[in-house]
Amino acid sequence: MEKKREIRITEVALRDGSHAIRHQFTVDQVTKIARGLDEAKVPVIEVSHGDGLGGSSLQYGLSLTNEMELIEVAASVVNHSKIAVLLLPGIGTMPELKQAANLGAKMARIATHVTEADVSPQHIALAKELGMETVGFLMMSHMVPTTKLVEQAKLMESYGADCVYVVDSAGALLPHEVRERIRALTNELTVEVGFHAHNNLSLAMANTLVAIEEGATRIDGSIRCLGAGAGNTQTEVLVSVLDRMGVHTGVDHYKLMDVAEDLVAPVLEKPQEITKDSLVLGYAGVYSSFLLHTRKAAERFGLDPRDILIELGRQKIVGGQEDMIVDVAADIAKQRNITEKV
Amino acid sequence: MNKIKVAILGSGNIGTDLMIKLDRSEILEITTMIGIDPNSDGLQRARELGYETIDNGINGFLERPELADIVFDATSAKAHIRHAKLLKQIGKQVLDLTPAAVGPFVVPPVNIEEHLNADNINLITCGGQATIPIVHAIDRIQLVDYAEIVATISSKSAGPGTRANIDEFTQTTARGIEKIGGAKKGKAIIILNPAEPPIIMRDTIHVLVEGKYVDQDRIMASIREMEKEVQSYVPGYKIRQEPVFDGNRITVFIEVEGAGDYLPTYSGNLDIMTAAAVKVAEEWAKHKLSKVTVEERG
Repeated sequence: MEKKREIRITEVALRDGSHAIRHQFTVDQVTKIARGLDEAKVPVIEVSHGDGLGGSSLQYGLSLTNEMELIEVAASVVNHSKIAVLLLPGIGTMPELKQAANLGAKMARIATHVTEADVSPQHIALAKELGMETVGFLMMSHMVPTTKLVEQAKLMESYGADCVYVVDSAGALLPHEVRERIRALTNELTVEVGFHAHNNLSLAMANTLVAIEEGATRIDGSIRCLGAGAGNTQTEVLVSVLDRMGVHTGVDHYKLMDVAEDLVAPVLEKPQEITKDSLVLGYAGVYSSFLLHTRKAAERFGLDPRDILIELGRQKIVGGQEDMIVDVAADIAKQRNITEKV
Repeated sequence: MNKIKVAILGSGNIGTDLMIKLDRSEILEITTMIGIDPNSDGLQRARELGYETIDNGINGFLERPELADIVFDATSAKAHIRHAKLLKQIGKQVLDLTPAAVGPFVVPPVNIEEHLNADNINLITCGGQATIPIVHAIDRIQLVDYAEIVATISSKSAGPGTRANIDEFTQTTARGIEKIGGAKKGKAIIILNPAEPPIIMRDTIHVLVEGKYVDQDRIMASIREMEKEVQSYVPGYKIRQEPVFDGNRITVFIEVEGAGDYLPTYSGNLDIMTAAAVKVAEEWAKHKLSKVTVEERG
């Protein structure tokens, strides 16, 4: 008999989705959605500011509700699901991780730019010490060749991560590139391999299925595509597709559809779609959370957001450098003025 | 003109860059480079330049304390705690470039005057040296409720010490923004960017000021004045874009290009530390010499 494959789903809407609604989650929304996800038996629910613990800032957007309060309420309503938090060393700090663990977070996802894994050993070690399941999260994985990705993933494994994720923060990876990366990691690592997609090029589902085919066992999704840019792999769709494929997730997909329709859809200002600017995020390889900040800067300087994104991609700007959006927009506007005057 | 003798403890990149900067000083006389590895590039260069070299660390200097009155410590936080005690006992003034923070925080254009007689001062972090002057420039015109800084440095210029203890950077910088910058609340973020060729250090300062009315003209004049003041000792320091005023929020964009003395020009983050250290030592030296003059006259 064929061995039954199992995939562990992490729902990221209450973290990645924070970007899409300018970090305006309320206690009420998080309570209801976390309870719904728990009833649908989603194994892991991530709750944090979009940029992880400590992300509430003028640089990324101030949270309407303190994330610690959101973590606490989410942890208080779940029976089945584990609450995860994201932490980017350089933004979040160890005291914040301890606080989140005290409030009931049971999983820590420690994220670095794909070439900078060596800023994470202290945070990974602390998470383990706190008894948390620990994930290494290599962001902007499209920016380096597979050999580099493997090297950095091995570092995270050596620090004690229980799993390492290939994170396609820009939604820029093509299916064959996902295949090559996941294949290499499943060959080279002894810990589990995960995959996090963005749907900017409408490839989130296809890439996720390729990742699973190559042996990834942890997959991120955002319900109703409530994530940065054009959102992530749509969780309720993924669960249904995997069910059809005979892949076990343990999630009640019927209930999950209800959560998507009744609780998550009303949170979105408008339905997630691939707009011209979110498409260009994927095309130019830009961090998905830059979307709304870029729209604002484009308006301010009278520019097409796509021109700003293309330039950000050309300059190889990494996640967290939101201040560069205004900087680049101002430069483009200056050049145009000079050209117009001539 | 009389010069004050100084020594550098730590013959790594920072120490060697300091040595080259000190060689140009009109008021400081670099006499000695202290290291622990006789084959280090720093000690070799020091020998070539004709300076005294000590290759058994602090102990060698304790045997010859007459070599310097001011000591720059560019070793590590852990080592500095020990060095600070020993150097205090023999009455040396010490500039701490490590994150040890034994002595008070100093940002030259903001609070050097308060620490002219200190036996030990700390230079916070590179992000602090680049951004606290601007926070202070705003705060001296209109009170700063909240200041947040984002330091982006090239991956190549972030050493293993910074990487292994990255929280130390954000926490220490945030404390400096509050204590020295004057913000009621401070926050710091550090981003490493691996692009090749390496990017020049950039710092963005986001500030919320108190009150509804923002005195844009006076704040701008104060920021520009501060820019010039920092440029007097860090020539590659500049405001990159016109600062953005939006309600009570102000955003200032800074770039710090290194002088390229020993370290490459992209590592403005390291250059601003060594330049600030030389600036503080020069102020100390001027103060010492003025005291001597007064005593002689008396």
